[in-house]
Amino acid sequence: MKETQLIMGMPITIQVSDIGKEFLVKKAIQSAFDYFRYVDETFSTYKKSSEITKINNGLLVPASWSDDMKTIFTLAEETKQATNGYFNITIPEGGIDPSGIVKGWSIHKAAELLVHAGVDNFCIDAGGDIEVRGEKNKDEPWIIGIRNPFDTEKIVKTVSLRDKGIATSGTYIRGDHIYNPHTKERKTDELASITVIASDVYEADRFATAAFAMGKKGILFLEQKEGLEGYMITYDGIATMTSGFPLYAISA
Amino acid sequence: MKKFTLSSLVIITFIIYAVLQKQKPASLAIASSSPWDIVMVVPPTVVPTTPVPKPGVAPKPTPTPKPKPVPVPQGQYKNGSYIGSVADAYYGNVQVAVSIQNGKIADVQFLDHPAGRSTSIQINNYAMPQLKSETIQSQSANVHSISGATYTSAAFKKSLASALLKAA
Repeated sequence: MKETQLIMGMPITIQVSDIGKEFLVKKAIQSAFDYFRYVDETFSTYKKSSEITKINNGLLVPASWSDDMKTIFTLAEETKQATNGYFNITIPEGGIDPSGIVKGWSIHKAAELLVHAGVDNFCIDAGGDIEVRGEKNKDEPWIIGIRNPFDTEKIVKTVSLRDKGIATSGTYIRGDHIYNPHTKERKTDELASITVIASDVYEADRFATAAFAMGKKGILFLEQKEGLEGYMITYDGIATMTSGFPLYAISA
Repeated sequence: MKKFTLSSLVIITFIIYAVLQKQKPASLAIASSSPWDIVMVVPPTVVPTTPVPKPGVAPKPTPTPKPKPVPVPQGQYKNGSYIGSVADAYYGNVQVAVSIQNGKIADVQFLDHPAGRSTSIQINNYAMPQLKSETIQSQSANVHSISGATYTSAAFKKSLASALLKAA
């Protein structure tokens, strides 16, 4: 079963490969999409009525923030420290944009929602950030491609994953919203993309964002972090990978 | 005294070398300021009308090559193929080739492993641990899902700068 909906300004696709229990799966998929809509209503800085917009406009005192909002602020602070300040949700224009942490976090939460509903084998893809559980078919893991940053119609690498998260950070079309907080003037311009494989997509996404902001040093950061593997592509068309990455890679 | 003269000579030679190096034209724009960047400057080679062979999935410029962020010198480019300087590509060298037709950029390619590997030893001395790298290549699109970001074409155009300076 496979369904795509456009939420949070990106296509979100949920594929389930469980056999049977069709009613249960259908219901679970719908509640996962409902969950993404709730996240969008709460954390979208584009929405006037969202909680984050109210906070940025000084309309909500911290005591009245929702539990999810407090969680996100805590996780953002924790990630900032884990990445030597490279992950930062405060933006140059002032205010807070937690989308860098909300995306991976919400995909992972949606995955947990599916698991609790009794779904065992699935793949959630939200705008290129992916969490997989179980397998695609019996004894067949999920096969995920890494997009060619110079030709988005193509892929440059395939990896096989079970119970993992994978996320790619790059220079986005909606403006360069990943910037190096240590050099506010200079945009990061060395990396075309950096892909991270981790135990879940929350870990993959936040460390992909931070590693991208670090520039070429990002891959060394990933190498030193336990439980993270990375595949970095620079503008010269050269990919550099962490030492554990080939374990997941499928040779051409 | 002999020792002093000798060491002074070495130091002076080094300073002269450093100054000369500084005066050389800026090389490939993709060369960054990270500590292990070693850039070899190679004189431009002009190969008129000979199309440069395409390696693997040479990333192409966007269909409308209007290079805004590139420091474009005044006047049109001269027709031909221009090979940019060799630059450190983190764990190896890279060289960009650009072909100009009718005064405009017709194609951009990346040349693999140019000009030997003499600089890679120095690079590896700085970069630890040593990580495996490869030239990206297209793979079968037979996948269940794809991880990636959506890109602005402007970013890629930056890497053309060096070759374009030579075509001016």
